[in-house]
Amino acid sequence: MTSAQIDVLLVAVVVAASCAIPGTFLVLRRMAMMSDAISHTVLLGIVLAFFVVADLNSPILILGAALVGLLTVVLVEVVSRTGLVREDTAIGLVFPALFSIAVILISSLAGNVHLDSDAVLLGEIAFAPFNRFAPFGVDLGPIALWVMGAILLVNLAGTFLFFKELKLATFDPALAAALGFSPALVHYGLMAVVSVTAVGAFDAVGSILVVALMIGPPAAAYLLTDRLPRMLGLSVVIGAASAVGGYWLARLLDANIAGSMATVVGIAFILVLLLAPQRGLVATARRHRRQRWTFARQMLLIHLATHEGTPTEVDESRPDHMQRHMRWPPAFGNRVVQTATERGLIVLENDQLRLTPQGRQAAREAAVR
Amino acid sequence: MRLRTSNVLAVQATDLTLAYQQRPVLWDVDLDVPQGVLMAIVGPNGAGKTTLLRTVLGLLRPAAGEVRVFGRPYAEQRRLVAYVPQRGSVDWDFPTTALDIVTMGTYSGLGWVRRPGASERSRATAALAQVGMQAYADRQISQLSGGQQQRVFLARALVQDAQVYLMDEPFQGVDATTERAIVNLLRALRADGKTVVAVHHDLQTVAEYFDQVTLLNVRRIAAGPVGKVFTDENLRLTYGGRVAGIGGPTNGTEHEAHL
Repeated sequence: MTSAQIDVLLVAVVVAASCAIPGTFLVLRRMAMMSDAISHTVLLGIVLAFFVVADLNSPILILGAALVGLLTVVLVEVVSRTGLVREDTAIGLVFPALFSIAVILISSLAGNVHLDSDAVLLGEIAFAPFNRFAPFGVDLGPIALWVMGAILLVNLAGTFLFFKELKLATFDPALAAALGFSPALVHYGLMAVVSVTAVGAFDAVGSILVVALMIGPPAAAYLLTDRLPRMLGLSVVIGAASAVGGYWLARLLDANIAGSMATVVGIAFILVLLLAPQRGLVATARRHRRQRWTFARQMLLIHLATHEGTPTEVDESRPDHMQRHMRWPPAFGNRVVQTATERGLIVLENDQLRLTPQGRQAAREAAVR
Repeated sequence: MRLRTSNVLAVQATDLTLAYQQRPVLWDVDLDVPQGVLMAIVGPNGAGKTTLLRTVLGLLRPAAGEVRVFGRPYAEQRRLVAYVPQRGSVDWDFPTTALDIVTMGTYSGLGWVRRPGASERSRATAALAQVGMQAYADRQISQLSGGQQQRVFLARALVQDAQVYLMDEPFQGVDATTERAIVNLLRALRADGKTVVAVHHDLQTVAEYFDQVTLLNVRRIAAGPVGKVFTDENLRLTYGGRVAGIGGPTNGTEHEAHL
């Protein structure tokens, strides 16, 4: 690998890790769409700040972006608090408004500046190695790596220090308030972190991929664990692995890197959705199938037990009657009878199904529940 | 901290008025809770019962009125008050354990940044044991039954070691085992001199479980010892004539009050 490739991979991994951390809390707070809104509206902050400082590399840009990110959250709350518009609609109203103002400003006032809306939407991580941090002529690596590294550190430190507050305010904001931990402060703190992360990240990977990296990995991790610290860790791992995988996919297909990374995030999520050990679709379907067979077998046993020793027993325990009575298709009914026989719960004697002692016991247990 | 000063009410809310979009939800409501009693707040849906609790807790800002806890403003006495919200008010799919939820009750003593340690966890474990849930400490909270979730919430309030416990429908949708556990717990709290205010829906059990009752329907209809104020007349005033014969044998219309 060339050093430029290593730089791109490093930036991608750091971006993925910094997005996954606040993303985990967005997913748990059911605010996933807020990341979409913020990752777009921060552009307005960048543009406005750029008019003030006229320097695309100024840290003031990040501050401006964070402020507009918070403004987005506040506006969405103001609009939805009128009670006339739902929150998701409010997001759909506020974010295009702020974003389009930014687009107009860029196209009409900053036409000669290197700030175009394509780069904002898609990003271009492949250019990250060429924009280097070299104070006093000493090359210290890509600027993007420094910016995102700093953001990652802030996110890690913030989550570590305020883990308890984030957890409490996310699970039960009313208790947080009653215990004296302002849930509003936690909320806006988290939103500020989301905004800053989105700005740092979208320079490298574009706003669409910011959303993919903030929401996809935590959504997958949520299906894999039921402990918050593990969910955070898994989100980071899934995000970083998808970023690396996406980079190689892009090389293979000679395609846009950011787009390939987002694709791999999507594939990773689908794989987890299908294959997660407890909650995956495959595991769930298997469990249901097993329950269906168990239930059918129990119905059979209980039916036999009910009519055991009654005058109708002869009729009620013929295999074909059984299938009519339970409305089972013949193949299914035969399977039920067969598996119950294999388990030693029933025996077939003179065209009569009879319970074995174990079968009688099993019927009693099933009926009690 | 023992707060046994005589004559000071555990909770005293005066003239609370609160409106949503101009519609009054609480209208000039007083709440007087003496120390060491179990008080039920009873009233029909939309009577403002939950709103009253949330206002006492400072979660909602009233248009008028004030709340005092042991004679001082709630903001100064926050630590003395524990809250048990309705079970449905949180997301039980949250990725954590029963013990972790109970440990949240210790956070106010920790302040910002400091993390719960061994002593907080052992207090939480003890509180879980007090509600008969020690075997479920490491269980993911979505795997608990409704009654078990309610007991986790109660344990979380116990661990706050408060003087006043505000509970929003603690008996809502729980199994018989949990109902008994809660009743025993309420009595244990009373024996310790603690005060409990609970929103309660089941009119049948008010007299059995509680000492005092506040009948609420936007306004306070009546309040005082159950034996004195929990009368058919007051219930009719509260429920608008839909309830009959609490004292006597049950009849059909009574169930409307549970809806």
